[in-house]
Amino acid sequence: MMQQAVSAASGEPLLAVDDLVVEYPVGAKIVHAVSGVSLQIARGETLGLVGESGCGKSTLGRAVLQLRRPTSGRVLFDGHDLTTMQGDALRQMRRRVQLIFQDPIASLNPRRKIGDIVAEPLVIAGVKDPEKREQLVHEVLSAVGLDPTLVVGRLPHEFSGGQCQRICIARALILNPEFIVCDEPVSALDVSIRAQILNLLEEMKGRFGLTLLFIAHDLAVVKAVSDRVAVMYLGRLCEVGPSEQLFARPAHPYTALLIEAIPVPDPDVRPTETVPVGEPPSPIAPPSGCRFRTRCPRADQRCSDEVPELRAVAPGQFVACHHPLI
Amino acid sequence: MTGNTLLSVEDVVVDLPTPRGNLRAVDRVNLTVGAGQTLGVVGESGCGKTMLSRAILQLLPKKAKLSGRVMFDGQDLLQLSPEKLRKLRGRSLAVVFQDPMTSLNPVLTIGTQLIETLQEHLELDDATATRRSIELLAAVGIPAPEQRLAQYPHQLSGGMRQRVAIAIALSCEPKLLIADEPTTALDVTIQAQILDLLAREQRRRHMAMILITHDLGVVAGRTDEVAVMYAGRVVERAPTPALFKKMRMPYTEALLAALPKLDAAPHTPLPAISGRPPDPTRPMLGCSFSPRCRYAVARCHTEKPALEAAETSEHQYACFHPIEVHAEAVA
Repeated sequence: MMQQAVSAASGEPLLAVDDLVVEYPVGAKIVHAVSGVSLQIARGETLGLVGESGCGKSTLGRAVLQLRRPTSGRVLFDGHDLTTMQGDALRQMRRRVQLIFQDPIASLNPRRKIGDIVAEPLVIAGVKDPEKREQLVHEVLSAVGLDPTLVVGRLPHEFSGGQCQRICIARALILNPEFIVCDEPVSALDVSIRAQILNLLEEMKGRFGLTLLFIAHDLAVVKAVSDRVAVMYLGRLCEVGPSEQLFARPAHPYTALLIEAIPVPDPDVRPTETVPVGEPPSPIAPPSGCRFRTRCPRADQRCSDEVPELRAVAPGQFVACHHPLI
Repeated sequence: MTGNTLLSVEDVVVDLPTPRGNLRAVDRVNLTVGAGQTLGVVGESGCGKTMLSRAILQLLPKKAKLSGRVMFDGQDLLQLSPEKLRKLRGRSLAVVFQDPMTSLNPVLTIGTQLIETLQEHLELDDATATRRSIELLAAVGIPAPEQRLAQYPHQLSGGMRQRVAIAIALSCEPKLLIADEPTTALDVTIQAQILDLLAREQRRRHMAMILITHDLGVVAGRTDEVAVMYAGRVVERAPTPALFKKMRMPYTEALLAALPKLDAAPHTPLPAISGRPPDPTRPMLGCSFSPRCRYAVARCHTEKPALEAAETSEHQYACFHPIEVHAEAVA
């Protein structure tokens, strides 16, 4: 499927995903997790990726890092196609890209000391001098707001969820990567801790000159950190655009629905009861044409016959819809 | 609260023994819920909101120690026999948990579980119970309810399972429904549907509800009164509109401020609450929020503020230095 390249306003993209397809078998059936997604992320940019559970956003994030090999399509990182890389070449490239997971406690080995956990990427990368490693561990732990002398000798269970996420961020930063996929990094955290971690990610992004793919289901969280936002539904992109523009004037009915469904902490704003009933269909047998049509108030015959392609509706804003809102 | 108080929680304390010492999960909580009213209980994980709901339901862990009084519909729940309690729960006191898989039996069909509940409490014959079950599933928005009766929980999506759990909770027309984070495990569009469903059924049945959540956004549009909990205590309590117009307790204000705002520009730093909640096994001398509070003075660290009424008796807060700025803005 041809899709228009959806790029940032300017600059050479650090990451370009081109018509990426990820499918995997479940029994005799095929799950269509990602079906032809193209996107680009400029150096220094944060692209937010939102969607409901099962929409393929995490699969997309993993396929970008080659943790799950895509079925087809290309992933160009700084001009190199990761999908054709093997062995040492891929390992070398992986030093430049990192991943932060949703569950910070589960992503730390419970039997290893924090100092060893954070130093492990250095060991794998071949930094042999223990003093050098210790110095780097101390630097990066301080950067994420932890006291290295108090932390390095302890085990993960001695820390709260927020602190464990700080440790995960430190581990992701220690090789000085250029690009980090953050997969729901604050979803498991309480409100008061969530703000701390979001602020920390923003600070680290500036300090280490990072480019981020920020995956989350919470639109408010995504908006807080993203330059541009991509909305995903059942394996396809619905809409991509600059954050503020997308929230102010969503073009895709699904984007509008997601925005409307966010509970607003103001008792004067009555909750709208217009959210359509129904749930996303199974990615094993996605609907023909536009995959959102079974829940869309604007759907007609054309939506079931024809797959809508991403096209520009405003500067930098692209929508895959036959009947966009703008 | 008006005369028709359905539930009153009086000086409830829940202590849990742990290897690290006694954990006071709920610390002298007082609450009332009127018939047909909705009370929102808001707090972060570990603040005691779930233990409070379990104290009301008398479903605490065996080793937990409970003191105080829980009056429900004229009865003291702490004095009831296990048999009477069992009759009450599911009949007039119902609950919906965060994860529907913990309340649904994975090896029984949806129909068996619904019919069992109906027959346990209402003495219906098979045909009537089956008909009622179909009506209930339809009422909670489950398509093709007749066919669902024969299905098992794992055959349904998370949102559908929560709808089934709600149907079971509503089946015997309870007077009070405790919904403990009913939408936390669900996607945002499904969350809106489930909250709408609860609100609609509540109005229709004139049922009281306690909505427990960590999300101030969820309680704002859907409750009559809100109690904010921190470290086992209720630290602020007010009618919902009053609370959002005029927050007095610095924790409530900080909790609201820490939410990312949709109308803020991207990359706006969030006013985070520094530090983290106190260790509940180490009792604190002063206000438990004082180490994180930007208004705290010496007295806050040495003396515990009581939950006291503000200018109106309905608005209570536990703070020596309540926020005044909003009052000026309103005046």
